[in-house]
Amino acid sequence: MCGIAALQLRNPSLQADMGSLLNSMMCQIVERGPDSAGLAVYDTPGLVSEGTSTLSLLGKDHGLSIDEIKDSLTSMLSPSATPVVKVVGDTTLVSASVETDLLVRSVQETLPDSVIIGRGEHVAVMKGVGHPMEIASDHGLESMAGSQGLSHTRMATESAVTAGGSHPFSVADDLCLVHNGSFSNHASIRRELIREGVEFDSDNDTEVGARYIASRLKKGDDLEAALRNLGKVFDGFYTLVVTTSKSMAVVRDPIACKPAIIAETDDYVAMASEYRALASLPGIETAHIFEPEPGKVYTWSL
Amino acid sequence: MVTLTSPESQIPSAAPQVSANPVAFVVDLIDSPVRDLNQALHDAEDGQAWTVINPGGKHSLAVGIDTDISVSINGHAGYYAAGMHQKGEVTISGNAGVGLAENIMSGRVHVKGDASQSAAATGHGGLVVIDGNAGARCGISMKGVDIVVGGNIGHMSAFMAQAGRLVVCGDAGEALGDSIYEARIYVKGSVASLGADCIQKPMESEHLEELAELLIAAGRTDDPTEFKRYGSARNLYHFSVHNSTAY
Repeated sequence: MCGIAALQLRNPSLQADMGSLLNSMMCQIVERGPDSAGLAVYDTPGLVSEGTSTLSLLGKDHGLSIDEIKDSLTSMLSPSATPVVKVVGDTTLVSASVETDLLVRSVQETLPDSVIIGRGEHVAVMKGVGHPMEIASDHGLESMAGSQGLSHTRMATESAVTAGGSHPFSVADDLCLVHNGSFSNHASIRRELIREGVEFDSDNDTEVGARYIASRLKKGDDLEAALRNLGKVFDGFYTLVVTTSKSMAVVRDPIACKPAIIAETDDYVAMASEYRALASLPGIETAHIFEPEPGKVYTWSL
Repeated sequence: MVTLTSPESQIPSAAPQVSANPVAFVVDLIDSPVRDLNQALHDAEDGQAWTVINPGGKHSLAVGIDTDISVSINGHAGYYAAGMHQKGEVTISGNAGVGLAENIMSGRVHVKGDASQSAAATGHGGLVVIDGNAGARCGISMKGVDIVVGGNIGHMSAFMAQAGRLVVCGDAGEALGDSIYEARIYVKGSVASLGADCIQKPMESEHLEELAELLIAAGRTDDPTEFKRYGSARNLYHFSVHNSTAY
C-alpha cells in the first residue's frame, strides 16, 4: 500500500509547527506501510540554510568520526567553506558553503561507500527501517520547523526492505519524490537512463521515476511538464508527490488506482493517502477537500 | 467492550419504558475500538438509534449491520463505511473514504459530504445517497442498488453495471457506464464521455416517474425533466468478432 503525507505551509506563522503537524499526519498512515519510512523537511533551521549546500547521508556510521570527516572535507574544499557534520537520528548531514556538486564529490572521496539520499540548500532527507513513528521520533521530527514536509511509510513491493529503498528519493538539488504504487516498466526506462549516463543508488522502481524527473528538469521541463512527460512514459499505478525548494506537485496514474486526498486552506496545502491523516490539521473542517483527478498534474508554489 | 454514553435527555423519562421509543446510544471512538462498535451494532435490537462521535476517518465503521437500527456517524468516515449493509439506516455527517456501502444488500446509507472512489460498488439493493461528490468508479458492477449523488461522479462509474439505478445531479466523468449490462443511469449535468456500449436513451414517462421517486427518496428537489438517461446498447452481451474493437 504505502502511505504518503505531505504539507506545504502558506502561512509563515505555522512554520514553527511544521514537524508536529507532519508527525500527526504520519501517525495515521503507519498501517499503510509499517516496514520503513522516510522524511523530507524543507528550510528547517539547524538542518539547512540558504546559501549553504547540505547533503543527507544514509546512516550514522561511516567508518570515520565526525571530526575526521570534517577535517577531510576542510582539506579538500576552500578554507571559507567551513564544513559542518552532524548526526540527526540515523542520518548524517554534511553542510558547506560550496556548490552542491563540489560537496558531493568531496564526500564521495572521503566516504566512498556512503549513499547520498538528499542534496540542496533547502532540504534534509532522513530514512530508516522499522516503525515509521520511531524513525520520526529518532530524528526529532516533532520539534522541527520548516516550510514544507513530506513523509512516506513504506510497504515494500518492488525492492528489498532497506533504508536505501525507502522514499523519498532525492536525486537532484532540493527535489524529492515519494510514490505509492509501482511502475511496471521501470527496468526498461532504467536502461535508457543508464545509456544517457544516469547512475542509480538502488534497485527501487521509484528511484527510476525520480531520476527521470531530474533528467527532464535538466532538459528544461518545469515540474508540471516533467510530470506530464512521466505520465506518457511510465506504466503502472501510482500516486506521486514531488517537492522542490518552493513547489509541491501531486499526480495520479491515468486510472487513479491509488488513493490521494488533498486539503487546501489559506494556511496550507496538505496531501495524504487517506482523509484520516488530514483529520487533525487546523481548520480542516472548512478546508477545500478533494481527490485529484486521474492523470492531472496539480502544483502549488510558495 | 464498547463504552456507551447515554445522555439522560435522550432516555425516555416515563416509566415503564415504552419499547417504541428509541433509546439513543452514543459511542465515542476515542474510547472504543471500531471492532467493538461493530459488534455492538450487530447485537443491537430493532428500533434503536445509535450515534458515533469522533470517528476521525477510521476505517470499516458500521459494517455488516443486520438489524433495523439507525446509526448516525458525526464526522468523517474512512474506508468501507457501512459495507455489506443489510438493514436500517446509516447517516454519515461528513465525508466517506474508499468503498462506501460496498456490497450493500438493502437498507439505506446517506453521506452528507463527499464519498471517495468505488462508492456502492457491487451493491445488490438498498439506497445510497451522497449529497456531495462521489469519486471514480461509483456504482462499479452495481447489481441492484440505487445510488443518488447530489454532486459529480468520477470516471468509470457504473462500469459493468448489471442492475439498479444511478442518479447523478451534477456531472459524470470519463467512460460512464463502460460495458454496462442493464442498470439505468440518469445524469443532470454533463457527461465527459460514455464507455463501451453505453448510449443515451429517450426519457419516457416511466423513467420520469422512476427518477422522481428516487429523487424524493433521496430528499432532493431536482426536476426530473432536466436529466438525461443512459443505458446499455446491448451490442456486447455476446462476443462477436465484429465488435472486437468496441471492447
